[in-house]
Amino acid sequence: MAYQVPRPKLTFAEKIYLPSVIAGLKITLGHLWRMLRGKTHVCMQYPEEKWDSHLPPHYRGAPTLVSDEFGRTRCVACQLCEFICPPRAIRIKPGEIPAENKFAKVEKFPEEFQIDMIRCIYCGLCEEVCPEQAIFLKKEYAITGTSRAAMMHQKEKLIEMGGIQPGVVNKWNEKK
Amino acid sequence: MNAILHDLADPNSILFMIWTTLAKSAGLLGVVLGMVSYTVYAERRVSSLMQDRLGPNRTGFPISLLGFGLKDWSPILGGLGQPIADAVKLLLKEDFTPAYVKKFYYWIAPALGIAAAIISLAVIPFGSKIGTVDMVIANIDIGPLFIFAISSLGVYGIVLAGWSANSKYPFLGAIRSTSQLISYELALGLSVVPLFLIIGKLNLVEIVHYQVQNGWMLLPGLTAGKLPTLSQVLCWIPVLISFLVFTIAMFAETNRLPFDLPEAETELVGGYHTEYSSMKFALFFLGEYTAMITGSSLIITLFLGAWHFPGIPDGSMSGWPGVLWGLVNIGVFFTKVFAFLIFFIFIRWTLPRFRYDQLMKLGWIWLFEIALVNIFLTALIVAFVH
Repeated sequence: MAYQVPRPKLTFAEKIYLPSVIAGLKITLGHLWRMLRGKTHVCMQYPEEKWDSHLPPHYRGAPTLVSDEFGRTRCVACQLCEFICPPRAIRIKPGEIPAENKFAKVEKFPEEFQIDMIRCIYCGLCEEVCPEQAIFLKKEYAITGTSRAAMMHQKEKLIEMGGIQPGVVNKWNEKK
Repeated sequence: MNAILHDLADPNSILFMIWTTLAKSAGLLGVVLGMVSYTVYAERRVSSLMQDRLGPNRTGFPISLLGFGLKDWSPILGGLGQPIADAVKLLLKEDFTPAYVKKFYYWIAPALGIAAAIISLAVIPFGSKIGTVDMVIANIDIGPLFIFAISSLGVYGIVLAGWSANSKYPFLGAIRSTSQLISYELALGLSVVPLFLIIGKLNLVEIVHYQVQNGWMLLPGLTAGKLPTLSQVLCWIPVLISFLVFTIAMFAETNRLPFDLPEAETELVGGYHTEYSSMKFALFFLGEYTAMITGSSLIITLFLGAWHFPGIPDGSMSGWPGVLWGLVNIGVFFTKVFAFLIFFIFIRWTLPRFRYDQLMKLGWIWLFEIALVNIFLTALIVAFVH
């Protein structure tokens, strides 16, 4: 059914539009004037001033691999993150932990683990899906590089960025 | 050799005319194009300040190379290098030509767009005199008509760009642009007729001389150093109407907001220049801003006394004082133009865009009729006064 949109009755001053031009100019020039006098402080001079200390704890920055208190990378190369990654940024090559190793019970570890930071969309699904709580999105957001290779984060770089995060899960504790 | 040198200095010889004209053209072009880049910078800075941002304030000049503990990024010079960086970027970007465009027209469209804007600068009297040389490149008797004729050719640049790009958004932009420019051309041309009725001349230099003697058209009492006559007071009403109509039509002619329907970023991606990149896009940009400068120069020449400022003499005396005052007059002219450009920018960042039917209604039902009635009103007043 056709619906008649109610149109407001305009006065003459509204119809000729020029008073509203002046009213609009008053607003914009007011902002300009306050800005020129330095009364408005909304901009942050980015490289000099940063917001890092105000980042919320759940901030999703670059994905990293964390290690436990024994220095072992928590990752068991189950490849769940590789499968769930929407832009397919993660590549894992699993390897087997030899029997004489202290962590032989874990069976697998990532021989290669790379995240393509050009593809990564910082969605955090890898962190959510990880059964070992081995992959975490840290607060680093300024990921830059001068080549494609530099934007490909390898295992060493990921472990270094992740650091040690003890006491998250203790599934592979020898006493259990 | 001596004869040639003598000719170069003799104000009546043809060689003298040639080199002064060339010098004037080069100088004017340099000043205007420099002004264009800094208008773009001013636009970005003013708009951002209006929106509580800072705008480009980083790109300075490498003054740290000079030593003295100077820094490249200073709060004073910061950002002033931005136009240079922009120009370098636009020159070095990939000049991509899509496969589906009509090549010939695609290539000449940007050139047409900027040529029309630059050619019409030729008849603008941008200064008084330096010695015996008039500060206008072509002192012709049909100044405003020439500008209207040439600047309306600028629509060819837009139409050809939109059509040759062979893609829907540029095409829509071009169609809108054609109808908009043609509609407002009428109001633009008709709105200045009252001025010619009052002054009785069509030569822009003569119009400026009239204003020097009788006060600016828009502010007759304030600028002539004497009380306005009855005829000036009576004529002021149609002049004010004509100024308003002319300025509004000029906004539409230069595709500035609130009349920027040909580009309308939010509706048409980029409008008629969607398919252009690199320097071809920059030429459209330059053309648009040059048209703005031509437009404001015309408004200032017709209504606001061009290079004249009360108390400042013109540069017709001989020797160094002539040169000095001549340059001061040029400075006054460009200061006025710049003030008007800033006004253009204020308006752009204040008003929302018109709807298409509102645009057409404003052009055809309001401005056109007002301009027509204004002509008859002026004719009555002029007849009454004489």
